[in-house]
Amino acid sequence: MGTTASQLGKDMLSEYQELTFLTKQEILLAHKRFTELLTKDEKDLPNNRVPMERILTLPELKSNPFRKRICNVFSTSEYKDGGLTFEDFLDLLSAFSDSATLEIKSHYAFRIFDFDDDGTLDCGDLEKLVNCLTGETDDTRLTPEEMRQLINNILEESDIDKDGTVNLSEFQHVISRSPDFVSSFKIVL
Amino acid sequence: MARNVAFDLNNPLMEAGLESPIDEEGVHDSFSQLIAEQSQNGGASDSDTFELQELQRQLDEEERDNVAFLSDPGREFQGRRQRDAEWEDADTQADPLIGERWSSATLKILSSMPSRTIGRNRGAIISQYYNRTMQLRRRRQSRPAIRDFSRSARPSIRGYGIETDSADAEVSKRDRLVNNLQNLSVSDRIRMLRAMPLNVSEKSELRSLALQKEKRTLSRRIPCCSQLKYYIINGARQGWYSWLSFLHSLHLWQVPLKRVSGRFGSGVLSYFLFLKTLLFFNVFLFLVTGAFMVLPQALHPPESFVGRPYFTGLELLTGAGYFSDTVMYYGYYCNYTLRKSCRDDGGVHNVSLSNGTMPDCVSKHLSYNMPLAYFFTIGVSSFLTCIILVYSMSKSFGQSFRIDKSHSILAIKTFCSWDFKVIKKSSVKLMSENICTQFKELLAEVSHKQVKNTRCQRLWRLMVHGLAWAICVASTTACVLAIFYCSSHMHQNLQLFLSSRVPVTNPLLNEASLLALPVLVSLINLLLPGLFNLAAWMEDYESPSVRTYVSIGRNLMLKVSVLGVLCYHWLGRVAADPMTIGLKCWETFVGQELYRFLLMDFIFTILDTLFGEFLWRLFSEKVLKRRRKPVFDIARNVLELIYGQTLAWLGVLFTPVLPAVQILKLLLLFYIKMSSVMMNCQAPRKPYRVSQMTTVFITLLCFPSFLGASVCVTYTMWSITPSSSCGPFRELKTMFQAGKRWVEELEKDNPNLSVLARAHSYLVENPFFLFVGAGIFLIVIYFHSQVVDGQRKIIGLLQEQIENEGDDKKFLITRLQTIHEQKRTPTRRLASQNSNC
Repeated sequence: MGTTASQLGKDMLSEYQELTFLTKQEILLAHKRFTELLTKDEKDLPNNRVPMERILTLPELKSNPFRKRICNVFSTSEYKDGGLTFEDFLDLLSAFSDSATLEIKSHYAFRIFDFDDDGTLDCGDLEKLVNCLTGETDDTRLTPEEMRQLINNILEESDIDKDGTVNLSEFQHVISRSPDFVSSFKIVL
Repeated sequence: MARNVAFDLNNPLMEAGLESPIDEEGVHDSFSQLIAEQSQNGGASDSDTFELQELQRQLDEEERDNVAFLSDPGREFQGRRQRDAEWEDADTQADPLIGERWSSATLKILSSMPSRTIGRNRGAIISQYYNRTMQLRRRRQSRPAIRDFSRSARPSIRGYGIETDSADAEVSKRDRLVNNLQNLSVSDRIRMLRAMPLNVSEKSELRSLALQKEKRTLSRRIPCCSQLKYYIINGARQGWYSWLSFLHSLHLWQVPLKRVSGRFGSGVLSYFLFLKTLLFFNVFLFLVTGAFMVLPQALHPPESFVGRPYFTGLELLTGAGYFSDTVMYYGYYCNYTLRKSCRDDGGVHNVSLSNGTMPDCVSKHLSYNMPLAYFFTIGVSSFLTCIILVYSMSKSFGQSFRIDKSHSILAIKTFCSWDFKVIKKSSVKLMSENICTQFKELLAEVSHKQVKNTRCQRLWRLMVHGLAWAICVASTTACVLAIFYCSSHMHQNLQLFLSSRVPVTNPLLNEASLLALPVLVSLINLLLPGLFNLAAWMEDYESPSVRTYVSIGRNLMLKVSVLGVLCYHWLGRVAADPMTIGLKCWETFVGQELYRFLLMDFIFTILDTLFGEFLWRLFSEKVLKRRRKPVFDIARNVLELIYGQTLAWLGVLFTPVLPAVQILKLLLLFYIKMSSVMMNCQAPRKPYRVSQMTTVFITLLCFPSFLGASVCVTYTMWSITPSSSCGPFRELKTMFQAGKRWVEELEKDNPNLSVLARAHSYLVENPFFLFVGAGIFLIVIYFHSQVVDGQRKIIGLLQEQIENEGDDKKFLITRLQTIHEQKRTPTRRLASQNSNC
């Protein structure tokens, strides 16, 4: 732990503490886990970006059906390849942490569910979302008829201004009515 | 740039020749304003500028308006739109917004509308948070210090001369945000920065900018004392962070809890979290009683009169014998003031009687009034526990119950049902299977709502429910009667034993016979829930939540009535005339009984875990050849925890170290249950509403459990005569008199304090104030319910308003589309106008 602490630097640590919802221990743990993902020669370079494939080997993300979306949402890479720097990684953990607010959680949940990044959940997004939830195998997939009915019902319930898509405010409105969301939208290292 | 767009949109309007020019002018003015604002808000980043230029070109050149020309998101968008449209066609619902195919220009504008950009656009987020910081600043404006600040740095771009005059809207927005941040107080700024959904690097940039400016202003115009204040605040913040980290490092059982949640999700986790909460309650109680009662008494042991019986091992179960006359029980505590010696001869502690043997040093040295300490420790600790319970209950209520009761089950299921904590592969698979079946069930429910039962069927159902309830009530009554007669039989046995004066043949056997009642009660507690489950299986409830509530209700009925009978036995029978069964100290006896009950409960829970979970799994795997493992019954296990906690709260008065026993029990239980769950159980198939159930359980912990225990304890203190030969309250009529006597003594010593005595007699002894307190409480509840009612109405109104706004939006977009169509195909103008009018 001592070496990682010195690598991270005290100023950076307190700055990260100020900017994220993580505690010191959590940041140090995150740093440790992140450096484990780096290869030998990468470790010496500053500001490394770990490619998505290697991030997804983390057991916390490995079997999550939204893993690729999560990486893409939190990645700041200009190639849109889902690679994460340490700061992006902290962002991810902060949004999924215990003390993050409902608002920030629902914001990132919205972006994760917004598969095409167009700022609103439309039928295509909802279809992909439901497929992720039910799994990709044939026996758990919903039939097209069921899917159509489900999406129509979702839109009917949550699309308040009736424009055919669910935007962020409408999404947050739905989320705010489900008290379990905060406890289930969590990833702990 | 923004002007350009507005102008271009206005142009076709002029040539469109609409029927009422003034109205339409208005509409389009506002719309172009919207677009102008939009391009200022978020459209200034490079890609968006490009998009808008593209839009411009598309508006101008019709021929090139094809899919290939669009940038990627737009193309996807259109493709999806078409698919949506097909879907909607299939579904006869004709929504004006979905049913039509939009031109690319309309799509562009749709996709850059504020409600859609906020989810993805950085500029939009920044501007949203700019508004928020503005609001926060306005709210805090009343404080003079900040007003000083904000006047010097008003949110204008020209306020500070370092930026070159850039037209970039996002940059200026950002500057203003930084400016606002800088003017917030430190804690507000941190909170604001933390809550921004931007990535860390951007946030740290914002922070460093804000800090830079602050430093400059600080060094320029803040006197040194403020600088000192600044450093102090900084230091305090650092201290707070390290305290938080320390608290976090205390987090108990993080790794095992993570393992459980990774495999079973939030439902089973909630059981362990509840266990942890109970553990903290007991640690608190133990610290208080240990520090103020057990420790002082242990340091000043009273002279022991009789030789203690030697240790046999059975004491661990019965709590009697060797343990009887120790610090564990009420009877051991003395009724005088403990004093430190008056002569300072090397810290030798003398114990002196309170009846004024050494009056010269009473006032100078530490004295510790044991009865008073006993009385107040119990009182204060239960009061604090009550406050913590009510607070956590209200918090939990606030989180889990919403005012707005509209139904959106499917949407909630879709958006909130994934448990991100689950990381085990097989559990993930199981969860998606469960979600799939839940979707199918819900859809089936929605599509043929309410299949009407025939009258005969309904009658049958009613009969089945009636039968099930009758079975449950009858079995509960039978059990309660059994306990009642068993306890009275044992009571009579003791009386007989005393009157016949048979010499003690086997003291061990005698002691072991005390265990009969606890074993009976624990056995009932173990077996009857099984019967209730059978009854529920017979009833076959459709909704899982109704099923859970019914099962909770039945178990609660059983436990409350059992505890009621036991309390009657202890407080009504044993305490009424302890001499008939030869008890010198009935409080100690009751304390021992509670210890036995607590221990038996624990042993039976372990047996239940062993037989109900481990052996049942082996049986079903090896003999029945089923692949399914038993499911962890969260509700029943939590109710058992609550039952144990009630016993612990009841027993604190009689057995001050009972919280320590409970702590040990909970610790062991945690590891046993944890390993049992990991080994034997599978994730529950039914959806489990975690926060709602947690609320229910905390309410149960507060209402029947804690309240019942404290009513019993208060009753004991208030109106039962304590035994006359042991304990801190001997020679008093009730325990409550200890406080009264102390107040009288105070008054005697110091006449100035007579107000206190009078206040005491008015407040505590007069029931009037109790009624007033209850009245105020009821009024507060009434006001709260009224406020909630009002909020519900406001929500209804706002929803209506939003729907109207949605209509407006639809109207504007159709209008925009028409205009675009007219511009693009001048030849079809007439036709489209006809269709529109």
